[in-house]
Amino acid sequence: MSNRVRHGTLLEGVRKFGVTGIFFVRLLAASVAALARPGLIVAQIFNAGGRSLIIIMLSGLFTGMVLGLLGQDVLQRFGAETALGQLAALALLKQLGPVLTALLFACRAGTALTSEIGLMKATDQLTAMEVMAVDPMSYVAAPRFLGGVIAMPLLAAIFNVIGLFGAHLIGVGLLGIDRGTFWSNTQSAVGLHDVTEGIVKSVVFGAVISLIAVNEGYQCEPTAEGVGLATTRTVVASSVLTLLLDYVLTAAFM
Amino acid sequence: MQPAPSAPGDDAVVDVRDVHYAIDGRPIFAGLNIRVRRGLITAVMGPSGTGKTTLLRLITGQLFADRGRVSVFGRDVASLSSSEIYAVRKRTGMLFQNGALLTDIDVFENVAFPVREHTDLPESVIRKLVLTKLEAVGLRGAARLMPGELSGGMARRVALARAIVMDPEVLLYDEPFVGLDPISLGVILRLIKQMNQALGITSIVVSHDVQELATIADESYLLSGGCVVASGTPQQLAKSDSETVHQFMTGSAEGPVKFHYPAPDYAGQLLGADEG
Repeated sequence: MSNRVRHGTLLEGVRKFGVTGIFFVRLLAASVAALARPGLIVAQIFNAGGRSLIIIMLSGLFTGMVLGLLGQDVLQRFGAETALGQLAALALLKQLGPVLTALLFACRAGTALTSEIGLMKATDQLTAMEVMAVDPMSYVAAPRFLGGVIAMPLLAAIFNVIGLFGAHLIGVGLLGIDRGTFWSNTQSAVGLHDVTEGIVKSVVFGAVISLIAVNEGYQCEPTAEGVGLATTRTVVASSVLTLLLDYVLTAAFM
Repeated sequence: MQPAPSAPGDDAVVDVRDVHYAIDGRPIFAGLNIRVRRGLITAVMGPSGTGKTTLLRLITGQLFADRGRVSVFGRDVASLSSSEIYAVRKRTGMLFQNGALLTDIDVFENVAFPVREHTDLPESVIRKLVLTKLEAVGLRGAARLMPGELSGGMARRVALARAIVMDPEVLLYDEPFVGLDPISLGVILRLIKQMNQALGITSIVVSHDVQELATIADESYLLSGGCVVASGTPQQLAKSDSETVHQFMTGSAEGPVKFHYPAPDYAGQLLGADEG
């Protein structure tokens, strides 16, 4: 019995992976067509990005402030408090910025995407489009996917800037590190390689989360329960994959 | 590319021939035959779960028959490429049971949606077109409301305006009378008749509201058990000797169409130790 269940789960997993793969290929094809409608994409950048701005900025500020306190605590043990700027900048650019932004993005924008598309499916809106000879892949799915892919790196960049400001606030404002030392250390420590790593990560996370969110909404059972389950799956899968891919990408950039 | 207009009833716009279709091994249709003639209102009736909505999905090419042939405008739907299916869909309109309006845009934009997607008409022409269609369904004043602000009957009328905005040759109605108050129901009935008479739109109405359909349908088909059990004018169906037809027309729980889902013996289950 348990063997059969295990086989069933495995088979279901493989099937789901295949369905997502096919969906991704169709989504890419539709995305090319969707580029001809910049208005739809801009609206989705606002939906996914603009509406996540406040929580991203708040989270960035507090993350930076915590970095300031932690940096001071750890670095002073080595008498290296002045290195706070470079610690905060590297931590934010390479890890905390892309990863925390991705997790927040999955919770805020990913869930909104899944539930919106799921409800459109449940209320026959996607079918109605098909019957009106409008492909919902290029009208609904692709602009949302592209919006997410574009919005995520922008959000991560804003997170980094605000985070660095938070670390500065604590380090320079509260703990008395010299402002000039803070910034000159930061400037000399951060190289193009570090910035590239952050950008690549945030683009990859944005693409993966948007793909998961759009796919879950599109494939979900068109019922209240089905949309709820799909939304939960979006958060779980996005979070786990973000952390997993973060390890892979970090290793690749070493 | 509109075909030359022809007299009502002289050719089949939709022809369903010996169609078999099953969902997860459960047969929905087993040898279904339906012929919808141009310019007429054809009613497809049947109890819930007889696959009436599935039939509409077969006609619009969202599903394909396992066996048999579904022809629309003389072409086998299964043999068409996706762009050809889209071309067929541009000539048809469909009214969904719940309206299926796009919830993120207002009433005006919903009606304008197919026009914007399929034509390059200037904004002033689109505006006139949309307002004309909204006036036809009595909702010109609601143009700037969002779908969430509409009642069920209003949403269905907006959906009807959207379905006719591209001047389709065929209109498919999926359960258009469900859950409507008497006034909305009367309005929808009149609109279906008007669309048919004034614009010559061939109409396929799928419903189980026998009395309402009888007042407007030119031809009707009664589905049961995956095939057509009776066809003819509503008057002919009313006079039919068939037990199935009689049961459906009178709404009786007793008859060939089983009301009860298969279950073990009632008394035995109540008195016995059987846990089901």
